[in-house]
Amino acid sequence: MSLWHALFGKLGYDALPFYSAIATGAASMVVIGALVTVAGLTWFGAWGTLWREWLTSVDHKRIGIMYVVIALVMLSRALIEGCLMRAQQAVAYDQKGFLTPDHFSQLFSTHGTIMIFFMAMPFLIGVINFVMPLQIGARDVSFPVLNSVSLALTAAGAALLMVSLCLGKFSTGGWSGYPPYTEIAYSPGVGVDYWIWALSLSSIGTTMTGLNFAVTIYKKRAPGLTLMRMPLFVWAALCTAILMVFAMPPLTVATSLLALDRYAGAHFFTNGGGGNMMNYVNLFWLFGHPEVYILILPAFGVFSEVFSTFSAKALYGYTSLVIAVMAIAVLSFTVWLHHFFTMGQGADVNSAFGIATMLIGIPTGVKIYDWIATMYRGRVRFSVPLLYALAFLILFAVGGLSGILLANPGVDYQVHNTVFLVAHFHNVIIPGVLFGMLAAYHYWFPKAFGFRLDERWGRISCALWTAGFLLAFMPLYVLGAMGLPRRTVSYTEAAYHPWTLIAAGGAALLFAALASLIIQLVVSIRHRAALAVPAGDPWDGRNLEWSVAAPPPEYNFATLPHVDGIDAFARRKSAHDAYPAPPAYEDIEIPRPSALGPAIGIAGVAAGFGLTWHIWWMAGLGLLLAIGAVIARSFVRETIEVIDAATVAAEDRAWRALLASEPAVDRDAECASANRGLALPEAV
Amino acid sequence: MTASATRRHPGLNLDHGDEAAQLQTEELMFGFWIFLMSDLVLFALLFATFGTLRHALAGGPGPQTLFELGSAAKETALLLASSFTFGLATLSMKHEHATGAVLGWMGLTLLLGAGFLGLEVHDFVSMTDKGGGIDRSAFTAATFALVGTHGLHVTFGSLWIVVMMIQVGLIGHRRDDSPTHAAGRRKLVDRVHNRMLRLALFWHFLDIVWIGIFSFVYLGGLAR
Amino acid sequence: MSKAPGYRDELRSYVVGIVLAVLLSGVSFALVAWHPASLRTTLWVISVAAALQALVHFRCFLHIDLSRQKRDDLSLIVFSVLVILLMVGGSFWIYDSQMSLMQPSAA
Ligand code: HEM
Ligand SMILES: [Cu+2]
Repeated sequence: MSLWHALFGKLGYDALPFYSAIATGAASMVVIGALVTVAGLTWFGAWGTLWREWLTSVDHKRIGIMYVVIALVMLSRALIEGCLMRAQQAVAYDQKGFLTPDHFSQLFSTHGTIMIFFMAMPFLIGVINFVMPLQIGARDVSFPVLNSVSLALTAAGAALLMVSLCLGKFSTGGWSGYPPYTEIAYSPGVGVDYWIWALSLSSIGTTMTGLNFAVTIYKKRAPGLTLMRMPLFVWAALCTAILMVFAMPPLTVATSLLALDRYAGAHFFTNGGGGNMMNYVNLFWLFGHPEVYILILPAFGVFSEVFSTFSAKALYGYTSLVIAVMAIAVLSFTVWLHHFFTMGQGADVNSAFGIATMLIGIPTGVKIYDWIATMYRGRVRFSVPLLYALAFLILFAVGGLSGILLANPGVDYQVHNTVFLVAHFHNVIIPGVLFGMLAAYHYWFPKAFGFRLDERWGRISCALWTAGFLLAFMPLYVLGAMGLPRRTVSYTEAAYHPWTLIAAGGAALLFAALASLIIQLVVSIRHRAALAVPAGDPWDGRNLEWSVAAPPPEYNFATLPHVDGIDAFARRKSAHDAYPAPPAYEDIEIPRPSALGPAIGIAGVAAGFGLTWHIWWMAGLGLLLAIGAVIARSFVRETIEVIDAATVAAEDRAWRALLASEPAVDRDAECASANRGLALPEAV
Repeated sequence: MTASATRRHPGLNLDHGDEAAQLQTEELMFGFWIFLMSDLVLFALLFATFGTLRHALAGGPGPQTLFELGSAAKETALLLASSFTFGLATLSMKHEHATGAVLGWMGLTLLLGAGFLGLEVHDFVSMTDKGGGIDRSAFTAATFALVGTHGLHVTFGSLWIVVMMIQVGLIGHRRDDSPTHAAGRRKLVDRVHNRMLRLALFWHFLDIVWIGIFSFVYLGGLAR
Repeated sequence: MSKAPGYRDELRSYVVGIVLAVLLSGVSFALVAWHPASLRTTLWVISVAAALQALVHFRCFLHIDLSRQKRDDLSLIVFSVLVILLMVGGSFWIYDSQMSLMQPSAA
């Protein structure tokens, strides 16, 4: 017994997921998925390529793509969980339904945790990683190896969540993990520990990412690219990065202190011993509110790019948009209390924070009007990214308005903890963050892989997301106003039933939307020859990322560009000097691949898993491996690789020859196979 | 190159000759400052947690019983001295004193840091012995968390000093030591310099956090 | 390199720093060891000495000053301090409000 305990901690046969058919099924899917991936890699002999070209790569573009892959996999899992919950509530009128309360609680906890930390965050970090250095005319981020470490930490957290499907049960404490419920007294299992360590791993990664992005934007801009000439997406990335640097520590503190309570018997948030759970709530939302702006600002950045590109106009009110982003970033540190208006502080405190919250509506409103004005009298094309942007514009306004309602403490006392809140945050997060990231995916996919995504399936998918969202979440406003508490597994109130049925229908549409996204990818890969845009500029883009080949060379720019104004590439095109040939080429230094990332990733999983299950040797080993890997890395002497000028020149000239041979297309042919990525300058 | 053109980032400046190396240094230093500021937020919140829980004794012993003024004073002296000796280590690196001098100051810093950690462990043990272990009350938990996090940082800093002593020993710290294979060597030496600069920031930063700890945790708790 | 500050100048900065730091710490410790002043005064002096000492460390050990080249880093530090004040100050405000309303003994 004690040997077993020393070797395997709390692990036992009862950790296997045979307590319900659905849990067994989910675990089997994870295991089968992993086996299929391993078998496939072995069959195609792709292990070496995977290791050399991807896992150890420190190229910001590949790291970005890997982040997005993680996000899409996790999106699939969490979306299925959302659909399961909707199905449960649809049938659970006056009966138990098919999920036990415990299982239902695991589902909303994993769904929320995954959607925020392992879907939305990796998605936006991936997109920024891919796009931002290209937009500022840099060859990579400031710290490429650190970038790969951050990715590995995020992946380790996601892996821990996947393992939790197979071994043991996940937390039932929701995505916010409030004590005292999550204390050892009420949640003695390993679930909360899984949650703590998965979050800790990813939040360390995110802090480092924020640092990396901020330094990159401050120090690595191309000559001439002053701050007030930066594309709006870069501004959004900068503000998000700053928020990451300052908002992740509160989360780290909250979860670490909770861990001390659970592992060392401390009394930070317990009922007895002088503990105070309100401390946790305060710390959590010190992180939580800036977090929602970490999520939404990059989406705002994407929409700014999309509106201006697909209207063929410079953004309306550039300066006001910049000020608005910065105002939102700073204000987001002043409103966290609106997540706990009902916790017992005085009316004076509540009103101050309520007013601060409403103030955020002002810069947000400015942005909405600027985007509308950008389209006014533009040459608007309704391609897929713009469709997402339009859906966002309308639906986000509705979600924002319900937020203004909630910012009023009086109203909040009424609908607090009902599904009204669930409706509100899905209403800002799905049209805002998810649509933003899907728009980014459609917009920059051709840049990353050299071919466009199928337009027809893209439209179908966009229509399904929009309709599904409306059907799934508008009923929740009604239900919330009627009083249905959130996180409810079953109910006896007949009036709720029709609305939960409608919402379940919406969830089915959302599932179809995800499926059509996958179909679109398959169809596009099949037709990649007809969709190819090797010249690199399929949308008549306005910023520097469109001025290089698709996919871009490893070093991004053969020679670093000079920037003399906003919308640098659009300026060059209208001056009929889109692709100025460089006078000479130089050797380019790029960082070598490094195994540090994967090593830290493995160490992270080991440490997290060991801590969760009280397998101390494994936890210790993980920590030692991490420290050892960092030290070993500091002794590596050759960290740089040189691509000689002749190679650069040859590659660049080949691309220029292609530019000369491809037809330049008008915007009417944007979605036709004639579009090879060379844009005909607009006759102004 | 004039001094003002090369002294661009805060922290000690080693006056690297060429522009590229200087830019590299600035990027690294700026990144490290951002890390420190993120860390500072973490400490600030631990301080805030301590501040809100400092009276939550739950019937257990309070600061007057648990803290020792003498020990806190010795810790403060050790850490202050170590900040000074590390400053001398970077100075003798900058002015290209003998490798032995650099290593000597670093070794002394390491000893002082180890002494500090030893006293801290002694404090924790004696607190626990007096019935004020981490699991006694919210007050003891908050104390252990705040002081312990600082201690962990000092531990990592000490490990970092060991690694840097090895690297200074292996690679040296003078840019133009040997005229053969100069370019490659210079890069390595630059890297050693950059790491030392960041380690210096880290070490001095920990001293600043300690000012908060001895003032508000120990002295604030013991004042009558 | 003639304009670069020499070893002695730079050493002086560290020496000044350590002397000031020892003095400021000494005052605080002395007040607590021999309590010559009231509790209120003692706490005030400790806080002010701590703030001053932090400034001394920033100036003499971390070499932060108001010169042009260091504006980036200085503004970073100032912004961080602002965020910290918002977070810590706000937390205490919320806390005191809750405590005063919820603990009957305090009323
Ligand atoms: C796309 C389809 C989605 C569906 C069908 C869905 C469905 C649900 C359902 C049924 C709940 C539980 C509501 C309750 O407490 O009664 C929930 C909670 C939640 N969802 Fe979603 N959701 C979706 C997308 C998203 C996205 C994109 C995000 C964030 C990026 C998200 C974040 C959350 C969070 C944070 C919770 C709260 C979890 C908790 O109670 O701790 N969801 N969702
Ligand atoms: Cu909020």
